[in-house]
Amino acid sequence: MTRSNGPVALLFHVLFVVFMLAPIVAVCLVALTPESYLSLPTNGLSLRWFRAILQYPEFIRAGWTSLILGTVSSTIAVALAVPAAFGVARYRFPGRDAMAGLFLSPLMIPEIVLGVAFLRFFNVIGLSGSMLGLILAHVIIVFPFAMRLTLASATGLDPRVEQAAISLGAGRRTVFFRIILPLILPGIVSGWMLAFIQSFDDVTMTVFIATPGTETLPVRMFAYIQDNIDPLVTSVSACVIVITIVALWIIDRLFGLVGVLLGGTTLNHPSASGARPPLMKKMRIRR
Amino acid sequence: MSRVVKSGAGWIWIGPAALLFLGIMVIPLVMTFLLTFYSWTPTTGITPDHTLANWSEVLGDPYFRGIFLRTLQYSVFTTLLVTLVGVPEAIIIARLSPRWRGLCLLAVIGPLLVSVVARTLGWTLLFGGNNGLVNQLLMYLGVIRFPLPFMFTSTGTVIALAHVLMPMMILSVSASIQKLNPQIENAASSLGAPYPVIMRRIILPQLMPGILSGVLIVFAMAASSFATPAIIGGRRLKVATTLIYDEFTNTLNWPRGAVIVVLLLVGLVAVLGGLNMLIERRNRGAFQ
Repeated sequence: MTRSNGPVALLFHVLFVVFMLAPIVAVCLVALTPESYLSLPTNGLSLRWFRAILQYPEFIRAGWTSLILGTVSSTIAVALAVPAAFGVARYRFPGRDAMAGLFLSPLMIPEIVLGVAFLRFFNVIGLSGSMLGLILAHVIIVFPFAMRLTLASATGLDPRVEQAAISLGAGRRTVFFRIILPLILPGIVSGWMLAFIQSFDDVTMTVFIATPGTETLPVRMFAYIQDNIDPLVTSVSACVIVITIVALWIIDRLFGLVGVLLGGTTLNHPSASGARPPLMKKMRIRR
Repeated sequence: MSRVVKSGAGWIWIGPAALLFLGIMVIPLVMTFLLTFYSWTPTTGITPDHTLANWSEVLGDPYFRGIFLRTLQYSVFTTLLVTLVGVPEAIIIARLSPRWRGLCLLAVIGPLLVSVVARTLGWTLLFGGNNGLVNQLLMYLGVIRFPLPFMFTSTGTVIALAHVLMPMMILSVSASIQKLNPQIENAASSLGAPYPVIMRRIILPQLMPGILSGVLIVFAMAASSFATPAIIGGRRLKVATTLIYDEFTNTLNWPRGAVIVVLLLVGLVAVLGGLNMLIERRNRGAFQ
């Protein structure tokens, strides 16, 4: 792409960015309205609808459920995905490709299919409506996100670093904890954060297995919107948007968001993407 | 990782994850398939059985066929809209200076990770009633004279779906733009090819794999999207996913719901597999 954009292309581009951001900006603006009905804040901004959230324990409780669920399920997913990625990257054994495909399959199977399958399964084994069921289901759907980035950074490791450590007399344990783990850590951390966001945002699968006691925030919001739309639900959404933006900002500062979303393809080749994120610069020098 | 070891020891590393997937994912999926052959009545609930009644009921009823047809329509129109807008946009972003490119990619792809419920809520605010922001803007610009209905219509659902899935196309096309070799473009231009020809004969063919994989992803995600058609389309404009939700939570006819689930999955695999085959045949033809 050596050509620069003409005026028509730039106009198209501006309209497109407005289109992409408009609904998100609209939610945040309406959340700041001082009126008691849906409106853009024309006479003054107010935090009244954010204070109102505190009087709705259902949203607070759902928020806590989502935070705990996201943290626990992405931690379990990463704890299982790191050894799995290591096994797939390092060993050749019968069934290896099939298992790698199975681990990434939740990306391909529509979430609604998984939601129905979990609902039926938990109902039969007596886990329906339990937090344990929710956690297990979320571990499955966020697993590919945790695995893909770990796999990308594990297969992209420079073999000479490891060989150097061994030739200098490091044992297997030392090589893993002092050499390999620090090198794949960016992949693991961004995999965890991506997994957390996926779990925190999920509605399609969770709507099938969450019961009033274990409702997550997106499920509570979805149920609320089905009945009526008022400034309260926009202020709750604005909170969710802000939490997501903070997480996005952290991922972008640490590893470059676009590279992470492309499945780690640029994670080990920072020169391929335009701007190199700060941490990668440091890592390259350290190497 | 340097040393690739040929041994069964790999199973020790992947074992825990493999057990989890087998127990919590594979078995439930098989159970859902078996559920389609069970019988159901409002009074007795689900009974293990070997009946094809659920299948013939769903396949024979024009009501269900209509819903599947609507699902297909939404997916086709959403995919068209996303492709026609997303591909030029990805090319435009790639031509910006590196500083702006990073910023714009962030603004355009970031929404992918914002909750679908929040994004769809944003569209309900913009569409609103007759004085929604979109209508006010269109009337101010003189495009329309009377407000158009967007909420609870197919048009509104497709626009919101296109917004939700747009980042997937941008990501997919951007990935293949990154792999372009600028020297090929320079060679064509030094040989005297005018820019439109370079675009059509040099750049677009190289971007095709990215565009087509974007098409496959967007189509699959549009056909299986739930929150957006449920909120914007409402209860009247049902699609396969909202129908499944109703069967499992309102009518409670789980076996019939399971048939619709399996049909959605089979339909998706058929459409995507067919598209994939067409693409491969085309590609093979190109190299003969």
